Amino acid sequence: MISEIISTLFTKYPLVGAFGAVALIMLVSYWFANVIGQKRMGSAIAIVVALILAFIAGKFTGGSKGISDITYFSGFALLGGSMFRDFAIISTAFGAKLENLKKAGLPGSVALLLGVVFSFIVGSLIAYAMGYHDPVDVATIGAGTVTFIVGPVTGTALGASSEIIALSIAAGVVKSVLTMIITPFIAKAIKLDNPTTAMVYGGLIGTTSGVAGGLAATDPKLVPYGAMTATFYTGLGSLLCPSIGYMFLKLFL
Amino acid sequence: MEIYGLGIVAFCMYVGSFIGYFIGKTLGISGNVGGVGFAMLILILLSNYVEKNGGWSERTKNGIYLLSALYIPIVVAMAGIQNVVAAFSGGSIAFVAGGVATIGSMFLVPVIGKLGSEKTEK
Repeated sequence: MISEIISTLFTKYPLVGAFGAVALIMLVSYWFANVIGQKRMGSAIAIVVALILAFIAGKFTGGSKGISDITYFSGFALLGGSMFRDFAIISTAFGAKLENLKKAGLPGSVALLLGVVFSFIVGSLIAYAMGYHDPVDVATIGAGTVTFIVGPVTGTALGASSEIIALSIAAGVVKSVLTMIITPFIAKAIKLDNPTTAMVYGGLIGTTSGVAGGLAATDPKLVPYGAMTATFYTGLGSLLCPSIGYMFLKLFL
Repeated sequence: MEIYGLGIVAFCMYVGSFIGYFIGKTLGISGNVGGVGFAMLILILLSNYVEKNGGWSERTKNGIYLLSALYIPIVVAMAGIQNVVAAFSGGSIAFVAGGVATIGSMFLVPVIGKLGSEKTEK
């Protein structure tokens, strides 16, 4: 009877359950960060813990939505979904200084264009080197390397097979996950410590979730600047990859 | 009141997303092109303007701070719903392509960052 009541609680109040579970993950992660003497790493550790839990949940349930595929934790899909994510990202812009944005305007725009082109070319070259020679396949994988949204958008537009589209999503997810994990470690080396480089970083990497997670773990004050350019990246990628990008590849293949 | 702060952000999100979807439709691609970016821009312009004219009340600001404070927990929840298994099983091509592009992009950050004439302040 007791266990029945407990399971009712989890299924009746999924969002509340997700708040509680995230609080617990963060409590343990910040405690661990404190123990190893790296206070600033708390949120990075919490993100990695959540990714590990998502991996375990994915193996266990066979689903594609991590922890939220477990009935008791379905609230994660709401709390971590795009609605709350965007609402909270926008709020972080409060307090950003207009002068900083003006100063970073030029490097931010250059980074945005170069970032999309660079990722698309790198992804396409690797796809070609690994045995994909059809321009549609190469363009789709290259677009997936831009972000895991641009990949399927491009693949669908060009009529790629679902296996290629899945690969393109995987490439984008690898980028996003890798960004969340390694950003705080290399922040110093790439001088990621002021709003200008944060905007350049957002424009070059582009994956909104990766950039937001990586910056949150590095220095939460930089989140609004990086997230701002990153949100334009997927749009620009969806625009360039299936059109100019594909035509460019067709010249060579 | 705190709810005013939440309402301000909601207003910015709706206006920004409207612009984003409008651009998307105009360009013939489905989805929201930079809507969140526009919303952030609107919030920055709005708050900088209001700041010069007296500013919002402490309680209104608290509503916005509440959302900002929820940001990291939301990112943690978002990490928890990624398809991490697919990322690991997508085959080596997904790893190589995603990995090289990410690390390569990161090392371009200081290069392009130099275009900024002066250091900005936090």
